[in-house]
Amino acid sequence: MSEWWTYRPSDFLLFAPRTYYRLVETYNAEWWPWQAVTLAAALALVALSWRRARNAGRVVALVLAFAWGFIAWRFHWERYATINWAAVYFAGAFALQATLLAWTGLVGGLDYGGTSRRRRYAGLALIVTALAVVPFAALAAGRPWRQLEIAGLSPDPTAILTLGLLLVARRAHWALYAVPVLWCLASGLTLWTMKAPDAFIPLLAALVAAAAVVSLRLRGR
Amino acid sequence: MTSLPPRRPPTSRRQALGALVAFGAAASLPSPAIGQATSEKPLVRPIPSSNEPMPAVGLGTWITFNVGNDRALREQCTAVMRAFFEAGGRLIDSSPMYGSAQDVVGDGLVRLGHPRALFAADKVWIGAGARGPEQIETSRQRWRVARFDLLQVHNLLAWQEHLPTLMAMKAEGRLRYVGITTSEGRRHREFEQVMREHPLDFVQFSYNVLDREAEARLLPLARERRIAVIVNRPFRQGDLTRALARQPLPAWTAEIGCSTWAQVLLKFILAHPAVTCAIPATSSVEHVRENLAAARGPLPDAAMLKRIVAHVEKFA
Repeated sequence: MSEWWTYRPSDFLLFAPRTYYRLVETYNAEWWPWQAVTLAAALALVALSWRRARNAGRVVALVLAFAWGFIAWRFHWERYATINWAAVYFAGAFALQATLLAWTGLVGGLDYGGTSRRRRYAGLALIVTALAVVPFAALAAGRPWRQLEIAGLSPDPTAILTLGLLLVARRAHWALYAVPVLWCLASGLTLWTMKAPDAFIPLLAALVAAAAVVSLRLRGR
Repeated sequence: MTSLPPRRPPTSRRQALGALVAFGAAASLPSPAIGQATSEKPLVRPIPSSNEPMPAVGLGTWITFNVGNDRALREQCTAVMRAFFEAGGRLIDSSPMYGSAQDVVGDGLVRLGHPRALFAADKVWIGAGARGPEQIETSRQRWRVARFDLLQVHNLLAWQEHLPTLMAMKAEGRLRYVGITTSEGRRHREFEQVMREHPLDFVQFSYNVLDREAEARLLPLARERRIAVIVNRPFRQGDLTRALARQPLPAWTAEIGCSTWAQVLLKFILAHPAVTCAIPATSSVEHVRENLAAARGPLPDAAMLKRIVAHVEKFA
């Protein structure tokens, strides 16, 4: 790309905000009422990890792997790619994350044996953001409930939930953070370009998770 | 940018008049010098390389027609196309870069029974020249047309490889016109060089009340080389109309028959004698009618053009 410095994020936005939110709406309509099921599953994962239940790490990794794989196929590949050719690559990245999580689950799972209070609360903040703040912020921004993005079905809350559940774990390989953080950055920039008032949420989530990972790496944990 | 650069006079008034007489459109000659002489008929400009008449307002599809498989939004796009053709529009412009826009246009054309007025303008946008023909064929199938009227090399991407392909298609009768595009003032030097060295029928670039770089070289060169000009981003992707939305329309805009800011902005562009067609994009039937209406009535003269620039620069 020549004269790359003259390009702005808005030059890469291929669709209008109404088109994107209509896409979320028709996707929600197709999978209704599975939103209730995925939300219940997300809450169950949070409870398991918080209480450090037996096999929690294995269950969390495998259920999240399923959600990432599902979104790769059903959202990015089948729907988002109809208005954004880059979604084909997003589908690939989500499939990669699904594979990493599935591998983690199969070889022993995440370690929920207890971690620092600061890390647990940072993780909890991201979990609350994914399950409550994301949908309520959308309502506050004036979008109808049919266009709400729910963890387990939609990419943003699923990525933020994943980051939260990784932070709550005592140890998680840094590679597991890469795709969710990059997705949150990409999605936040897209929303910001669309002038969405809730664009700061995925950006902030990426920042919190990246800061936590860097801090842990510096401490050698 | 605080003042208008001087506009060059037409390189050959006799040539321009000859073309217009041929099409019986002399009253619509778009020049600031005789802007007041325009009639109520929609403004039509001849394509210099063929003298084929072209309505001066077309339809862009960037962003607005990329609606995926959403049936309701596709129906809105078809309604926009219907209103466009009903108001006398011809040129619809798209690109393989615009997501689902080509397919949405094709869907609309089928639903409207393939309007005969259509002037199908598309682009080739791929880095590998050898893959250009394959992409063009895919685009044609998405449009559901027998052939394109105009194919342009999008943003000069691999133009050295694509231009020979397009010229060969034209020579074989599989294409009527060949062009190149850029946007937002990028690569104007190279663009100018291609205009000078190749027998182009069309060029497409950005030009609007605030982005007037093209006035200095590209627009005069297009007149000199007898190349038709398509103007993209006439509203700076909606930024200009949004910025002006809260400002009341000054009374003096009535002198050029404008009832909306969009019409003022379009008339500013159409007043340049080198411009063949402006292609605002919209997803609203009301807006497409307003846009087409800008091609009627008098065009601004030089004094009015300065007034428009001064006013818009204050608020946008």
